[in-house]
Amino acid sequence: MPRKKPARFNGTEDSEVGIAQTPEGMPEGLTAGDLVDSYTKMILVRTLDERIWALNRQGKVPIAASCQGHEAAQLGSLLAAQKDGRCFMFPYYRDLGLKMAAGLTPTQMMLSFMGKEGEPYSNARQFPLQGADLEHNIIQISNVVGAGLTQAVGYALACKMQGEDTVVLTYFGDGASSQGEAHEAMNFAGVHRLPVIFICENNHYAISTPQRLQMVTDDIASRAQGYGFPGFTVDGMDLARCYEATREAINHARTRGPVLLEMQVERLMPHTTDDDHLRYRTQEELDGIHQHDPVATFGADLLTMGIITEEKAAEIKAEALQAINDATDAADAANPPDASTMWGRVYSE
Amino acid sequence: MAVKNVIEAVREALREEMQRDSTVFILGEDVGLRGGVFLATQNLIDEFGESRVIDTPLAEASIMGIALGAAFQGMRPIPEVQFSDFIWPAMNQLIGETARACYGTNGALPVPMTIRVPYGGGIRGGLFHSQNVETIFFHTPGLKVVAPATPYDAKGLLKSAIRDNSPVVFLEHKKTYRLVRGELPEEEYTLPIGQAEVKRAGENITIVTYGLMLHYCLEAAEAVAGEGIDVEVVDLRTLRPLDKETVLNSVKKTGKLLIVHEDNVTGGVGAEIAALVADEAFEYLDGPVTRLCGPDVPTMPFAQTLEDEYMPNTDKIAQALRKQAAY
Repeated sequence: MPRKKPARFNGTEDSEVGIAQTPEGMPEGLTAGDLVDSYTKMILVRTLDERIWALNRQGKVPIAASCQGHEAAQLGSLLAAQKDGRCFMFPYYRDLGLKMAAGLTPTQMMLSFMGKEGEPYSNARQFPLQGADLEHNIIQISNVVGAGLTQAVGYALACKMQGEDTVVLTYFGDGASSQGEAHEAMNFAGVHRLPVIFICENNHYAISTPQRLQMVTDDIASRAQGYGFPGFTVDGMDLARCYEATREAINHARTRGPVLLEMQVERLMPHTTDDDHLRYRTQEELDGIHQHDPVATFGADLLTMGIITEEKAAEIKAEALQAINDATDAADAANPPDASTMWGRVYSE
Repeated sequence: MAVKNVIEAVREALREEMQRDSTVFILGEDVGLRGGVFLATQNLIDEFGESRVIDTPLAEASIMGIALGAAFQGMRPIPEVQFSDFIWPAMNQLIGETARACYGTNGALPVPMTIRVPYGGGIRGGLFHSQNVETIFFHTPGLKVVAPATPYDAKGLLKSAIRDNSPVVFLEHKKTYRLVRGELPEEEYTLPIGQAEVKRAGENITIVTYGLMLHYCLEAAEAVAGEGIDVEVVDLRTLRPLDKETVLNSVKKTGKLLIVHEDNVTGGVGAEIAALVADEAFEYLDGPVTRLCGPDVPTMPFAQTLEDEYMPNTDKIAQALRKQAAY
C-alpha cells in the first residue's frame, strides 16, 4: 500500500493552539498532541519490548511474545477506542503494546513479564498480561487463539441486552482467522448485528506457517461479505490510518453492527522468545520488513511534519529508557507471589 | 403439592428464575418457538421474548463462548446443549476457558453460568444420543457438576445453579424427563449444591449412585429386602463438589459399598468414590468396594440387545447386591 507523503504541519509544537490542531493529511480529530502522545507511548512500548528480550536471555523473563511491527495498529486502534470512551477490548497474546498503552505503568508491565507479585492481569497465575485488566476495559483469559472472539461477541450481546452503547473490539492474528470459532463469532455477530469490531492484525505468519498455507485468499477482510457486514484492509504500519479506520468502525458498529478490520502488519521479531524465525524466513525478507518499521516511520513522519524536533525525539527516547530502566529495577527487586496464593479463587468467593 | 415430571420441574425452575432476575437468559439450538427438542423451554419465548430466549446458529462452541462473554458482562446465561453428545465442539470453551476464567483472573471474573445438558442412555439413542459426559467435568476444578434424579431435586438444584456465581454443568438424564414423576411444592424452594441425600436408609450395604440409576438402585434394594439384605441408597445429586461426608458416614455404618453409574467404569466417578473410601474409611470396610458401571465400550449401542447389554439395570444391581451380601 503506497504511503502518502506527510505534509508539513503549520502549528507550533510548543503552543497549545498548535498541539490541539489536526495537521494536514491527518484524519479528523487526530491532533498534533495526539500524535506526540502516541509516539511517546510507542517508543515506551518498543523500549520495553526490546528489554524483555534481553531479560529473557538473562533468565529473568521466562517467555515473551513481541509486538514489534504491530505498534501502529495496536496504538492507533486503541487511541480511537479511548477517544470514544465507550469501548471494551478482547485483545490477544501479541497485544502487549495495546495493553500497556491502555494504562499500565512500565513497572506493572515488568512485574507481569517477570511473574512477580502485583502482576495486573492474574497476579502471575498466567503468562504475562493474560487474564483481565477490568480497570482498563480489557479481558483476555486464554492463549487459545480464536476463543476470545466468541466471548467478545457474547460480551457485545450482553451490552445490547442491557441497553448499553458499548462497542467491543476483539483482536486476533491471521492464524486465528482459521479457527472455527472465528467463523462462528462473525456469523453470530452478523445475525444479531452486534456492536463488535473484529480486528485482525495480519502479520502473514502463524508462528512459522505462512499466509499461503493458512488461506487461499490474499486478505481476510473480504470474508466479511459472507457474514453480511463490511470489511476493510488498512495499512497497519500507519498509526493515523489505523486510528481513522477504527474510529469509523466504532461509529458503524454502534449504530449498524459488526465490522471486520484487517490491519496489515509485519512481525519484526520471532513468534516468541522461544522461536528462531531464521528457520522459516530468510535474512533478506527480514531486512526488507525492517525497512518499514512502524516506529521508525512514524518518528520520521513527525520530524518531516515538524511536529517534533530532533531534540524532542531524543528526549522522548531518553525518558523511555529511564522509565524502563527504573521499571526493570523495581520488578527485579519485587517479590514473587507467595506460594500460598496458588490456592483459592478457583470458584467465586 | 402437584405431581410433575422432571421436564416440568426444569421448566418451572427456568421460568421462576427468569421472572426473578432479568439478567437470566437462555440460548441454544431450537430453544425458542420449538421450546427445545425436549420442551424444557416450552412457551418461555412467549413470556420473555426472543431477546431472552435465543435460538442460536447450530454451532456449539459459539453457544458456550457467547454465554461466557455475556457472563463476563454481568449476565446469567443458561446455554442449553441440545444433547450431551453435541457438547464436544464446545469443550474448549467449557474446560479450557469457563473453568479457568475465575482462577486465571485471580478472582476478577467469576462465571455465573448454568450449562444445561440432557444426557444419558437407555432410550435407544445409540452412540450419539446417549452419551454420559460427566466424568470430564467431574475431573475439572472450576466447574460444579449437578446430576439430579427426581423432579424435586431437579427444580431446587437448578434454581440454585442459576443463582450460583460459579459455572455449573447441570446434567439432566433424558430418560428421567417423563418417566420420573414426583411432588413439587407450590411454594418457592431451593436446594443446596454439594449435598448428597440418603434416598433409602439401610444397615447392610451402601449403594452410591446418581441420575437415572438411582431409580434402578431403589428398585433393586426393594427386590433384595425380602432376602434380608437391608440396603442404604445414597444419591449424590451433586458430583462436584462431592459430598464426602454423606458417603463416608453411610459406608462407616454399613461396611460395604457398591457404586453404580451408567458412565464407563474406567476412571469414572465410581473410581473416585472408591479411592475416597479406601483413603478415609478403610478400617470400616467388611468387604471389597465394587462397581457396577457402564462397560468400556464408547457408548451404549443402538440395537435393543446391545443397549441392554450395556446398561446397568435393576436385575444386574440386585445380583451385585447379593454378591456383596454373601461376602
